Amino acid sequence: MSEIILSAKDIQKSFHDPVDVKILSDITFEINKGEFVSVIGKSGCGKSTLLYILSTMDTEYQGDLFINGQLMRNKKESELAIVRNEYIGFVFQFHYLLNEFNVLENVMLPGLKLNKYSKEEVEHRAMEKLKMLGIANEAFKKASQLSGGQKQRVSIARSLINDPLIIMGDEPTGNLDNKNSLIVFDIFKELAEVYHQTLLIVTHDQSFAANTTRIIEMADGRIIRQ
Amino acid sequence: MSNLLIKIAKELLLARWKQTLVAAIGVTFSISMFVTLLSFMNGLNDLLDGLILNRTAHVRIYNEVKPSKKQVINLSNQYKDSYNFINSVKSSSSRQSIYNTVAIFETLNKDPRILGYAPKINAQVFFTYGTLAITGSINGIEVAAESKLFSFKDYVTAGKAIDLKNVPNSIILGKGLAEKLMANIGDVVQINTTDGNLMPLKVVGVFQSGLKDLDLVQSYTSVATAQKLMGKSNNYLTDIQVKLKDINQAPKIAKEYALLFDCDAEDIQTANSQFETGSTVRTIISYAVGVVLLIVAGFGIFNILNMLIYEKMDTIAILKATGFSGMDVKKIFIYIALSIGIFGGLFGIIFGFGFSVIIDNIPFNTPSLPTIKTFPINYKSTYYIIGIIFSMVTTYMAGFFPARKASKIDPVTIIRGK
Ligand SMILES: Nc1ncnc2c1ncn2[C@@H]1O[C@H](COP(=O)(O)OP(=O)(O)O)[C@@H](O)[C@H]1O
Ligand SMILES: [Mg+2]
Repeated sequence: MSEIILSAKDIQKSFHDPVDVKILSDITFEINKGEFVSVIGKSGCGKSTLLYILSTMDTEYQGDLFINGQLMRNKKESELAIVRNEYIGFVFQFHYLLNEFNVLENVMLPGLKLNKYSKEEVEHRAMEKLKMLGIANEAFKKASQLSGGQKQRVSIARSLINDPLIIMGDEPTGNLDNKNSLIVFDIFKELAEVYHQTLLIVTHDQSFAANTTRIIEMADGRIIRQ
Repeated sequence: MSNLLIKIAKELLLARWKQTLVAAIGVTFSISMFVTLLSFMNGLNDLLDGLILNRTAHVRIYNEVKPSKKQVINLSNQYKDSYNFINSVKSSSSRQSIYNTVAIFETLNKDPRILGYAPKINAQVFFTYGTLAITGSINGIEVAAESKLFSFKDYVTAGKAIDLKNVPNSIILGKGLAEKLMANIGDVVQINTTDGNLMPLKVVGVFQSGLKDLDLVQSYTSVATAQKLMGKSNNYLTDIQVKLKDINQAPKIAKEYALLFDCDAEDIQTANSQFETGSTVRTIISYAVGVVLLIVAGFGIFNILNMLIYEKMDTIAILKATGFSGMDVKKIFIYIALSIGIFGGLFGIIFGFGFSVIIDNIPFNTPSLPTIKTFPINYKSTYYIIGIIFSMVTTYMAGFFPARKASKIDPVTIIRGK
């Protein structure tokens, strides 16, 4: 019996802008430790919306979300921030690095916020992650000086800094060319196979999804296959 | 933890250092103006107070000419139980002098609250010089005590104050009076008392108090000469001027002495109540101008923080997505505001001090204020402390609302918006 890391029970979500539109219905699934899950579906079917709920950033939904066995409902904003910091690594489509900081500092920030290791240790760990992703040479460059593929690798390094339970990605290769998409995909695969990292990646890239261990397919706000 | 937030605040601030600098300069300007204004206004207050207050006794012991409260008939046993109506009560002019001065001096010498005292004889006289006769008053003083306690010698603009003591039968005239009498140093003026005594006195100096009306009628001589002039014995005194260590105790001590010595005693606050009002108004004006300047600077900071937050939406969203709470974000922006306040305020008091020094060195010569050579400045540290506190409070308030706005930014809206 494998360990359940994330569990969604009957999640519903509507927007009220200007009329009520139901975006997500009856979303129920679990993710076990070590799984490499992809979420696919047509554009506008609610994948991003679901991911924002699962990542605790969006709190306006019905149903229950458990992360690491803890119910997320009724948690305060500051407590959810701690959950995101400690348990979740996030990779966005548009890398979202902080331009005021260099690459190494960008990777270190969530680690410093967690405050579990000393600054030196966090720096050492950040350097390890950058090495693992083959961008250690860029460590002291400003984030804005990197190419798109390099930026995305930096944000993967950042998502890894606190050894999260799960890494979530919202079309992390959506903005990259084929070559860089392949590199990023290989990194995710290596993370899953070598380091048994749990991953939940939203994508519309069929070939990407085909290579993951499990596919959740959505249509019109519902899960139609998992 | 807060080290991390301060570091983030610093980087955000440096990324927009030009605008930050402008905001800080706004604070610097307001605080320096505030400090300068307050120092200058209070310098003026001190000067104007000094004009009167430094030369006025904190407590003046004297004997007022007034009818006796105890009329003889009321003391009589025979009419004790009846209503006694007495019409046209007059004061007896027998004594204006203070009784028992030796005992009073003894008490004053022992009282630890007292800085010092100076005896005085005040009399109305006529000055005659040639055919001219002018009414005025003559003050018999002890030059040393008067100089020490009431800066007497600073106001003697021609001649030497100490000559009052060294030259027998000498007089120092008020400037206006000397001009009226056309008397120069070395001349002799005739003094007529109201009792008809006549005495020639040699002019040894000219006195300028800064108050023109006073200088037109006042003159000074030694206590001994005054006693001779009045034909009184050597314990005759009309006033004892007491200076206290703490001026605020004057009303209390005046009451105490009036009872103890069975005479009149007036405190400085009662004698010069109008001066308080002038000082208070000037202080209020300086604070009002300072606060207005700071509010303007506060709006500058408010604007810049709002702009910064607008520009740094992505940064705020990513901080929140990676585990920083709304509170953390709020602190970051409060730190930014406060550091603008601290640096702006710090430079503000430095410049404020600089401006004060400059003003303090601008020549300011006026014939009515012989002791003043430059504009007055009061370098009290309180103004600098208030300046720093004000700058922190304003920048905190200016930063509070933008910071709260930043803390409420929903990362989903930003990330989805891309
Ligand atoms: N703030 C919003 N208000 C109203 N409708 C929204 C809002 N955000 C997203 N939607 C709608 O929700 C649906 C799902 O969007 P999204 O989750 O982004 O889809 P996907 O990521 O699968 O392309 C879309 O039809 C979109 O128009
Ligand atoms: Mg999407």
